Amino acid sequence: MAMFRLVRAACVMSSDDPGEHTRIIINADPIAVRQALGALFDQLMAGRMSADARDAAQIVLAEALNNIVEHAYAQGPGEIELTIDISARGLTCRIMDAGQPLPGVGVPVGELAPLLPGEDLPEGGFGWHLIRSLSEDLNYRREGERNFLSFRISAQQYPH
Amino acid sequence: MQLDCTQTPDLMIVHVRETRIDAAGAIDFKDGMRDLTSADTRRVMLDLSHVGFIDSSGLGAVVAVRKFLGPDRPLELAGLTPAVEKVFRLTRMDSVFVIHGDVPAGAGSLRDVV
Repeated sequence: MAMFRLVRAACVMSSDDPGEHTRIIINADPIAVRQALGALFDQLMAGRMSADARDAAQIVLAEALNNIVEHAYAQGPGEIELTIDISARGLTCRIMDAGQPLPGVGVPVGELAPLLPGEDLPEGGFGWHLIRSLSEDLNYRREGERNFLSFRISAQQYPH
Repeated sequence: MQLDCTQTPDLMIVHVRETRIDAAGAIDFKDGMRDLTSADTRRVMLDLSHVGFIDSSGLGAVVAVRKFLGPDRPLELAGLTPAVEKVFRLTRMDSVFVIHGDVPAGAGSLRDVV
């Protein structure tokens, strides 16, 4: 069973900036997310940008997609639509789903729990912190019954 | 989730023979580590040199392994690839674990497949 569909069309974004537009439909399932990331980063992104920028992009996309699987679609199955525009400056990612909205009014702050000696180590709460640390122009909006999350991953990564 | 084990008199090195520890494999990883280490009392080192990618669920599973090993057997890590190192550093978990640059020499040749 195909768990995701890759819809890819080469295009030219501007005369001196050849880009590419990729659209992927992913089942809201951790295995489908793994397969989609594999297809993106082993094939589409292979050799593009620096290894550091590719790692950052894969981390942010994994967190954003798995968050939708675990929370937005916690009640049942669904689909996630991911579109990626690649340019010399980096990646622009837009993710749409029809699951539950993010709690609150926007993107979670993503503050890490303090690591206190003698206290239980946190086993979660890392996802939004990773997304915020590695992405730019992070934006979330709810429109009708759908969630729209977008962000950019710069081709130029700075030490964190 | 394939986990191979090298035994030395005071150390158990678990080699993760997977390219990812992610949301789809985190529970498998945790269960596999529990099976391998629960009947033993040696220090445990996790060889992550084959793991090219970890997400927050995978990180949570590594933290969980550290917790069930307990304070007297703190989980040690070795062979972090750049993406894995990035996730540990950004979440400050690099300050929690003892992290070795390389897996001890010869560890692979002592392999005892579990």
